[in-house]
Amino acid sequence: MSTLNLNTYAKNTWCIGCGNFAILNAIRLVITELIKEGTPAENFVLVSGIGCHAKIVDYINLNSFYSLHGRVIPVATAIKIADPSLKVIGFSGDGDSYGEGLEHLLFAAKRNIDITMIIHNNRVYGLTTGQFTPTSPSGYKGRSTPYGNKEKPFNPLELMLASNASFVARGFSHGIDLLKKIFKEAILHKGFSLIDVLQVCVTFYNMYEYYDKRVYVMENHNETDFDQAMKKAKEWDYNSDTKIPLGIFYRKKEITFEDSFQTGIISETIDRKQKIYEHLMKKNL
Amino acid sequence: MKDFTILIGGKAGDGIDRASVIIGQILSHLGYYVYIHRDYPSLIRGGHTFSIIRASENKVSAHRDEIDILIALNLETLNLHRKNLKEKCFYIYDAEQIKFEDQVCGIGIPINSILKEENAPDLMRNSCLIGAFCKTSGIEWEIVEKTLGMTIPKHLELNLKIAKRGFDTSRQLLKIEKINREPLPLLTGNEAIGLGLIMAGLDAYAGYPMTPSSGLLHFLASVAPEFNLKVIHAENEISVIMMALGFAYAGKKAAVGTSGGGFCLMNEGLSLSGMAELPVVIVLGQRTGPSTGLPTYTGQTELFYAIHAGHGEFSRLVVAPGDCEQAFYWSALALALAWKYQIPAIILSDKTLAESLYSFDFEKASKVNLPKIIMWENGDSYKRYLNTKNGISPLSFVPKYSAVIKVNSYEHDEYGITTEEPETTKLMQEKRLRKSQFLLDEIEKNYECVKIYGNVESEIAVLCWGSNVPVCIESATRLGLKVIQPVIIHPFPLRQLEYAMIGVKELVLVECNATGQMAELIKHHRFTVKTKILKYNGRPFSVNDLEQLLQVVIDEYIKP
Repeated sequence: MSTLNLNTYAKNTWCIGCGNFAILNAIRLVITELIKEGTPAENFVLVSGIGCHAKIVDYINLNSFYSLHGRVIPVATAIKIADPSLKVIGFSGDGDSYGEGLEHLLFAAKRNIDITMIIHNNRVYGLTTGQFTPTSPSGYKGRSTPYGNKEKPFNPLELMLASNASFVARGFSHGIDLLKKIFKEAILHKGFSLIDVLQVCVTFYNMYEYYDKRVYVMENHNETDFDQAMKKAKEWDYNSDTKIPLGIFYRKKEITFEDSFQTGIISETIDRKQKIYEHLMKKNL
Repeated sequence: MKDFTILIGGKAGDGIDRASVIIGQILSHLGYYVYIHRDYPSLIRGGHTFSIIRASENKVSAHRDEIDILIALNLETLNLHRKNLKEKCFYIYDAEQIKFEDQVCGIGIPINSILKEENAPDLMRNSCLIGAFCKTSGIEWEIVEKTLGMTIPKHLELNLKIAKRGFDTSRQLLKIEKINREPLPLLTGNEAIGLGLIMAGLDAYAGYPMTPSSGLLHFLASVAPEFNLKVIHAENEISVIMMALGFAYAGKKAAVGTSGGGFCLMNEGLSLSGMAELPVVIVLGQRTGPSTGLPTYTGQTELFYAIHAGHGEFSRLVVAPGDCEQAFYWSALALALAWKYQIPAIILSDKTLAESLYSFDFEKASKVNLPKIIMWENGDSYKRYLNTKNGISPLSFVPKYSAVIKVNSYEHDEYGITTEEPETTKLMQEKRLRKSQFLLDEIEKNYECVKIYGNVESEIAVLCWGSNVPVCIESATRLGLKVIQPVIIHPFPLRQLEYAMIGVKELVLVECNATGQMAELIKHHRFTVKTKILKYNGRPFSVNDLEQLLQVVIDEYIKP
């Protein structure tokens, strides 16, 4: 990376007022800061799934892997294991990581792989035109649930805390200051980090007014206290009309998955044939 | 005895498998070529399990039915295999399970009493029989001691004691002569595949347990420190293949292993490998399907599936090695070709190849020329999908100063940015498919993609692939027939098949499925299979089996 130009020539096709812009602007600023502070630009790898959120990798001039729906995490996991010096940031939607790829999300938290997952949680399928997602409220009417969603949403923060995630936060796509702060902390956190961003889909589920009335940034919250984090996470269940806390809920230090792989001695210069021969000889009497 | 067969049987949990491996190693040490076929049901305890150990002064990679020596841990073993006992067969059996009075040919060992006296667990029954077998066959105690010492990780002293009791309780009935030949290591097909991948530079392996490929996961996990591999047992097969593609993006050569059901889950990732041009090697161990089928038995039902799996049209390589040496050689080559052409490569294995044990000739197997990866040399701004004459875009991996490396599951332009433009879509689709033609040219020019064996003059040729190849070679050679083996299944090496077919008037297909998929495949290239010899009960052909069936074909052919 010779000059710092994070824009690409790709035409942005998000709707005017889309919450994704806040995420894009915030992450661009955070990455610019981190590059200025010493992280080489080529050490960032962005991974996205499929959905409106995923276009973000086309809009940022950095290494990227535009993956499949629900499959951000296994790709990001392997990239991090391949080279732990990389900063791997995953972008995913609620349909993507809470629906199609939920199993991967639980395992990423369980393993504490050092990647950052930013969930663009608009609580609706935008790109496929308005169906309900795992975090849509009960009664939500979409094209696949014209008479109202019969399921209750699950609470991703509670789920992540229960799965051993070592960094759990919630942001909101109205304004970028809080997002910037959380993103930077999450990227610098050594371990798995999840940021559930209440990202508004202006076309299919415009919640700006609803959220504006209810969100508040947590103060005097002890981020290292698991019980307190759980209590805060349960304050809003994604279904009822209560207050919605924002900020970093929880963080802890723990050994990361990529560090559990030993580095051995084989390199390109070692004669693999000879080494295999030696291995085979051990099998013989 | 220069070519003999030992059958050892009992119930699952008796340690039949380990006992057969140890006996195989002893015979290998005596200079014999060894082949071990394993038959076990899908359960942990109970049920009938047996292994057939064949030893010969010639290279053998197929089993025969007639039994020279029967080692029976229970009565069921004797009853089930009675029909295959040779007239002059020797028996070593558990005298407390089987009442059998043949002082000339049989040695009964009171195994439970010995275990009780030595205060040894039930698990050590097989050690007792190994000792008895060696004494019976005139094999020196020192060899038993040495072999057990190498293969038994736990409670060696007690195992040796039990084996010695078995040894001392027996008497010599026959003599297995030593052959003057350097012993070859015994390898499963899974291990040979693993080592072949390592030879070509494997960095990482992801898997989810599924018979018959679990053995590959176990093997690579066990040698991970030795060969500096990153081995991951992931949450499911979807994750497995996506991890492999993540590794590939970062320049790490990765492989995955599975069977049919797991491969179904991988199909979306397979298609991504084609679109994003991220190399991956998939070891597809076939078993008896459809669905769960017979999980621990064999089959060759995924020929078409391997060729056609995944949505969309993209280049791929499918290879079907037939024995241990081929498994090593073609796995190394599959990985190297996958990386040169940036495509998925499927190694089509099956339960027979994956889990049988073979005497492995490393010198022969490792004579393989591996093509080089085409790398980007610093220059103009990097284009991950540069449109070139042969469709191969030079590679670069993260982190690379001055390069932005973008891969994409959407249709994309040369930089990897999403596009829906009709003109770019057409160009990129053509670029990806073009690699297939260049790949075919390279492999047909440099490698033996269709192998020929036996009597090359014969007008009758046996067409076979995968684990069926050794049994076909042995049977057909004895009957004076030609054998044709396509090792590369896709892209199809038509020119080499045309050459192999010169002079052939009658083509006989031998395949372990119910429809004869290879016959269908070559029909597209206007070759007709006259007779199909198909087996689809989960069991592989034995040499005897196949000889009889081929004889019928010959008789029909020469009938006036």
